[in-house]
Amino acid sequence: MMRFAMNYYDLMTAALLVIGLYGMVGKRNLLKKVIGMNIFQTAIFLFFIQGGTKPGATVPVWDPRIASEAAGYINPLPHVLILTAIVVSVATTGVALALLITIYRRYGSLEEATILERMRKSS
Amino acid sequence: MNHLPVLIPITLLFSAFFIPLAGFVKRELAFVIALAGVFLSLLFSAAGLFTVITAGEIRYHLGGWPPPVGIEYALDGLSAFMATVVTSVGTLVLVYSRRSILREVPERFVPMYALLMLLLAGLCGIIVTADLFNLFVFLEIASLSAYALMAVGDERGSLASFRYLMLGSIAGSFYVLGVGFLYFSTGSLNMADVAQLLPAVHHSRAVVAAVILIFTGLGLKMALFPLHLWLPDVYTYAPSAVSGLIAPLMTKVAAYAIVRMSLTVFQPHYLHDVLPVTPVIAWLGAAGILYGSIMAIAQSDFRRMLAYSSVSQIGYIGLGIGLANPLGLIGALLHILNHAFMKACLFLVAGSIRFRTGRWKVSSFAGLGRKMPWTMAAFTVAALSMVGIPPAAGFFSKWYLLLGGIDRGNWFFVATILLSSLLTAVYFFRVLEQVYAVHSREPSTPVIPSDPPASMLLPTVILGVGVLVLGLLNSVIVSRILEPVAAALK
Repeated sequence: MMRFAMNYYDLMTAALLVIGLYGMVGKRNLLKKVIGMNIFQTAIFLFFIQGGTKPGATVPVWDPRIASEAAGYINPLPHVLILTAIVVSVATTGVALALLITIYRRYGSLEEATILERMRKSS
Repeated sequence: MNHLPVLIPITLLFSAFFIPLAGFVKRELAFVIALAGVFLSLLFSAAGLFTVITAGEIRYHLGGWPPPVGIEYALDGLSAFMATVVTSVGTLVLVYSRRSILREVPERFVPMYALLMLLLAGLCGIIVTADLFNLFVFLEIASLSAYALMAVGDERGSLASFRYLMLGSIAGSFYVLGVGFLYFSTGSLNMADVAQLLPAVHHSRAVVAAVILIFTGLGLKMALFPLHLWLPDVYTYAPSAVSGLIAPLMTKVAAYAIVRMSLTVFQPHYLHDVLPVTPVIAWLGAAGILYGSIMAIAQSDFRRMLAYSSVSQIGYIGLGIGLANPLGLIGALLHILNHAFMKACLFLVAGSIRFRTGRWKVSSFAGLGRKMPWTMAAFTVAALSMVGIPPAAGFFSKWYLLLGGIDRGNWFFVATILLSSLLTAVYFFRVLEQVYAVHSREPSTPVIPSDPPASMLLPTVILGVGVLVLGLLNSVIVSRILEPVAAALK
């Protein structure tokens, strides 16, 4: 059974999730939304990475003193998964910033309200 | 070992890599490679479907590592069926896309094809993978290429695409967070393995959180009401060829992922009796059917009307999944297939009208029936199928959904399906009236529109004929492919 919102890491994950979500939904500036998205995704990285830790365990590299005792090594799989998720996150940020560049070139602003107003005028 | 499961996405992925290189040599090569790739992938999917029907499911261990350590790809009745749907619609839309892209965004010809192939590779990857995290990776491959593709067209496309990116990354993050909860509860990422380990931890709060996060994330990708907000703008402002590919396929593949989750990963009875997930999906589906239909009636822009009609049709699929009985699931899966063909046909017609006249407004379509006879014939068949008039395909999937609703004993769902057919008739007959009955008020237009060139007309007509053929063949499809899939619900 997993501990849920009981330790320090889970609380940090929850806090980062909420901050990120607020940035994405609550902020009116598109760049701040991208920053919110990054915070949101970082929370997920933290969640996975802390899930791989075990008290008193060491890095998952063969150690003759521990031999094949699984409890002696931390779980490397969540770390590997998060490497992939970080790549996905970087790519998403890249696409988002590219979109922001085209939006800025067309409307001269990254404030959502200003963009919508200029969009209405042009159409 | 049979390599078919991995060949389907890999072929598409490799052609996506080769297209930019070939584009340096000659621009036209990009189109040739893309078409060859997707056609090859269609052949693999069809071979896979045939093998699955005759010899049972195919399981493939990536890199030779057996699950649960390695990543597993699987073709069973459900995934082989979906792969064939995606690649066949993909092939037809790709044939259509060349002229359309040359007209609308000629300077992006090569990258457009690379992205279209990446999108298809992502969609096929979602379908064949039997690994929860691998599904996330393919989901993001498909989504990222979709964000880029949608921003290419109209001026307003970038903002619509950016909003979709925000919601899409929330959806992807929710899904991967849910997978994290599942992984830390069961210690596995292989779908079949997780399904075996789950009953022991069914009542832990982590699994409940996983269910909610995974279904919310996939529901957003599927555009299930009320998570559909990103959809109308995106479909409206994307280039014609892109909306012709994304509208019929992307949301359907997310719907497939939801079916996969509820059939393979979580037990159907768990999602129905312990946690009321499928009833919620069914009610949201019903709400989406009515909302989408009513909003579609209110639109004057043809593309936007089709987009809202998509929201309504996705509602049907959600309703069928949510009924969680064999008839409902057959209806949902058959509707995925039928809707893919109908919506592709309708968006290609919209693209053809834009290609010849540059018009979007339904009110400006007067007299097009005489000037673009073949295009409009295909449109008429697809529209009648959307309304649900036999022998067009749309009738039969709605019929199975109705039977599923009656089987559940829920008369509200039955009434919703019937009422929505009427509403669908209202917005399509409005277009048909403009096209055929109203005479054009501006007889002296400089360009007299006609049917588009053969490379655009042929896929449109094939899709229109396909709608009729699927309707006539529906009993074969249901008894050979879908009934064995739905048997898992009994």
